[in-house]
Amino acid sequence: MKYEPLNLGRWILWSATALLFVAAPHIFQGGFALTMLTQMGTLIIFALSYNMLLGQGGMLSFGHAVYSGLGAYATVHALNFIGKGQIYIPVPLLPLVGGLAGLAFGVLFGYVTTRRAGTTFALISLGIGEMVFACVLMFPGFFGGEAGISTNRVVGTPFLGLTFGPAIQVYYLVALWCFLGMAAMFALTQTPLGRMANAVRDNPERAEFVGYSTQHVRFLQLVLASFFAGASGALSCINFEIVSAENVSPIRSGGVLLATFIGGMPFFFGPVIGAIVFIFFVVALSGFTKAWLLYLGLFFVLMVVYAPGGIAALILMQLQVIRAGRWRELAPAYALALLAALLALAGVIGLVEMVYRLSEQGASTVLQVFGLSFDARSAPPWFVFTAVLAAGLAALRVTARQADERWGAIQLELQAKAAA
Amino acid sequence: MEFFLVQSLNGISYGLLLFMLSSGLTLVFSLMGVLNFAHASFYMLGAYFAFQVSAKIGFWPALVVAPLLVGAVGMLVERWGLRPVHKHGHVAELLFTFGLAYLIEEAVHLIWGRSAVEYRVPAELDGPLFQIMGSQYPIYRGFMMLVSVAMLVMIWLALTRTRIGLVIQAALTHPQTVEALGHNVPRVFMLVFGGGCALAGLAGVIGGNAFVTEPGMAAAVGPIIFVIVVVGGMGSLAGAFIASLLIGCMQTFAVSLDWSLGGIKISQVAPVLPYLLMVLLLIFRPKGLMGTREG
Amino acid sequence: MKSAIQLQDVHKSFGTTKIILGVSLQIRAGERHAIIGPNGAGKSTLFNLISGRYEVSAGRILLHDADITNLRPFEINRKGLSRSFQVTNIFHNMSVYENLRCGVLWSTGYRYSFWHRVGGLQDVRRRAEEVMERIGLARRRHTPAGTLTYAEQRALEIGVTIAGGASVVLLDEPTAGMSRTETAQAVELIRSVTEGRTLVMVEHDMGVIFNLADRISVLVYGEVLATGTPEEIRANPAVQEAYLGALHRKASHADGSHA
Repeated sequence: MKYEPLNLGRWILWSATALLFVAAPHIFQGGFALTMLTQMGTLIIFALSYNMLLGQGGMLSFGHAVYSGLGAYATVHALNFIGKGQIYIPVPLLPLVGGLAGLAFGVLFGYVTTRRAGTTFALISLGIGEMVFACVLMFPGFFGGEAGISTNRVVGTPFLGLTFGPAIQVYYLVALWCFLGMAAMFALTQTPLGRMANAVRDNPERAEFVGYSTQHVRFLQLVLASFFAGASGALSCINFEIVSAENVSPIRSGGVLLATFIGGMPFFFGPVIGAIVFIFFVVALSGFTKAWLLYLGLFFVLMVVYAPGGIAALILMQLQVIRAGRWRELAPAYALALLAALLALAGVIGLVEMVYRLSEQGASTVLQVFGLSFDARSAPPWFVFTAVLAAGLAALRVTARQADERWGAIQLELQAKAAA
Repeated sequence: MEFFLVQSLNGISYGLLLFMLSSGLTLVFSLMGVLNFAHASFYMLGAYFAFQVSAKIGFWPALVVAPLLVGAVGMLVERWGLRPVHKHGHVAELLFTFGLAYLIEEAVHLIWGRSAVEYRVPAELDGPLFQIMGSQYPIYRGFMMLVSVAMLVMIWLALTRTRIGLVIQAALTHPQTVEALGHNVPRVFMLVFGGGCALAGLAGVIGGNAFVTEPGMAAAVGPIIFVIVVVGGMGSLAGAFIASLLIGCMQTFAVSLDWSLGGIKISQVAPVLPYLLMVLLLIFRPKGLMGTREG
Repeated sequence: MKSAIQLQDVHKSFGTTKIILGVSLQIRAGERHAIIGPNGAGKSTLFNLISGRYEVSAGRILLHDADITNLRPFEINRKGLSRSFQVTNIFHNMSVYENLRCGVLWSTGYRYSFWHRVGGLQDVRRRAEEVMERIGLARRRHTPAGTLTYAEQRALEIGVTIAGGASVVLLDEPTAGMSRTETAQAVELIRSVTEGRTLVMVEHDMGVIFNLADRISVLVYGEVLATGTPEEIRANPAVQEAYLGALHRKASHADGSHA
């Protein structure tokens, strides 16, 4: 990983993270916040496991939900067996069950998928994902068909007095596993395998010439990643008490890809940020507008083009300038660019919401945007929003260039100072 | 016997449609190194555009207008979206086209809603073409095959016989040299990408009314196309051809046969067959049937 | 005399184009052997065949008397052969130290371990730092390899190649593009790091070759024209013809006299 703070800094960072996990439900109170936090915790492990492939191994996979989903299925069956009294596994250890299931499938599918690399690997992972998804629908006996399999997490003897019925207990279980998973995956980056995975990502040919089989490195990396993916699937199962075909769907695979990329794939903490932002987007935004998936897609595409290092990269680039004490020079340029962007965004939102309302059969064409209500059938709102969008884009062009120039100038000066 | 003939014809016409899609994908991949994850989305756009245009001015104009529109969208996408991403590498390009597929599907949801639209076969092409021992073979299927073959022959001629085709072939391996000779290579790439999208759009025009035109159609056919290019061998048109016909026939027969194996009907298993084929091929012949270029 | 590498009637064609047309060569253990020849003779192709980057069309290649024909590059590397590249082929995003560490890892036996903390492996650290000192990049330890100067990258290229302790080292045009001072430094580096090892070198710089090589092989149009000591090669008329012949003939044609 590129950004390596001092060891002391590292301890502080990890302790702070642990503290944040513990304190979060008290800072963000309420049932709704708790569900969001629990989902974030689950997605963090999933996204980190995905980044073992993408960011660290250079393997773009379109089918990672296979491992988390099959891990979830294993867990739901285990829970049901526990419920019937046929086996006993304390609920907190169930993520291990999911992890082992994920690992087993990682070995099985990994053998096939890692025979090729690059774009071909991506397409194969898509094919495997579609195959598993189709199989899940084909064998309702084991997978419960479209409705899936439901379960009850309050089963078996309570573990240390905890039944995991209340949501807060589930949150802390997820938080604990999330923290352990983060620590384990970080430790893996510091091993010979982790380092060679980076080497294979950067220059697979040279890695072969220094004695490493790139196929074997990728295979092992995938197997380890699928363990953590399976564990995250188990946590999802415990949280929602239902597992269905959706857990192995291409939509899930796409979701974790988006989350990881948006957070920042070149950095270890990137997917953590990405998971938090993604859940926030999905859960919060979907309550406001039906077009949230379009906005998410737009956001993702813009990031691919303009900020491929993700939110983490954007933050880290600022940290450099902040440490040199020169951020105040940039702030006004950023503020202007942000205003222009918001203007353009307002135009987009207006247009999108209007189109959406018009396409909805039988819905009233009068809608409310930004507190103003108007009729989507009339012409004026179209002109207004188009004008706003155009103005925003024009302003953005100018202000973004200015901010970029300011940034470049500061970078030059900082580099000159460093070389001197 | 008659069943076999009819289903073979159906399988071939479906396979040719798949080849139209996979050949466009392979051409763009071979020539630009970019795998257009949104290729099937342009197929979908072709169907929807054809639906709109044929509702206003009829099917035959739509046959020409819709692919051109899709091609124009493709060129815009290449110019404003893909071109700035080239420098970030192949993973970024693939991610961009992946996001694009997302966006196009949502845009289709937005404009045309979530259910299928009534894009129908035109009256003059609706009906039996000929009789095979008591079964009727529809005109439209024959029309599909005709259009597919005609389009592919034209592409082959364009690439091998025209000047622009030679420029494209040269730019494949030596873009800087071609640019130094005065050709506008970025513009060539834009045309190639747009052309690939137009090809997908044309497939949508003729496929959308034969099958169903709905927002999920891209996600339904997309993975099959990717399986075809992997099975055929990345970058090989001949491989894509063989794989398309193979999978087209395989799917058609699997869905219509009434066999069972161990209690499971083969028609139930049909969706999975292309992926099983891919897995088998990967185990025994990872380069694909006629693989030439590594992704 | 033990042989390090043996090429037995090796052929290589790309489609219908024949690049290597029956090369038989023996590299003796411990010697410094240079391969020279005009551009397009197939020198890099020969390296690629030996190191496993390409498959042979016919013939055998032996390393320390073991058949390595058509083995994968990592298998050949594990048997004790390492190569550098004409176009610098390092890990651009990693620091100098991390690059060398990658070169060292397999040979120290940790293989695909995911239970060792690589920062705490003393033997790995020691070996990587040793190589870093020898190639003179110790003060650039943390610099990302992509930002080094050209000569520094070439030095790192050699460093990664020898870091694993291979007994047979192939260097592909190690001094290409270097200035005279840089070349002199590179020659001294190559001399010191290949003490006690077998070195096979593709080079164009005659000064370097006559300075370093024990024996030279001349490759022309995919065939070995001659093999011998530098003096023998210098005096060999066929070699002179191959290198100077065309020039010679053109010059004599121009002024109307015979060669």
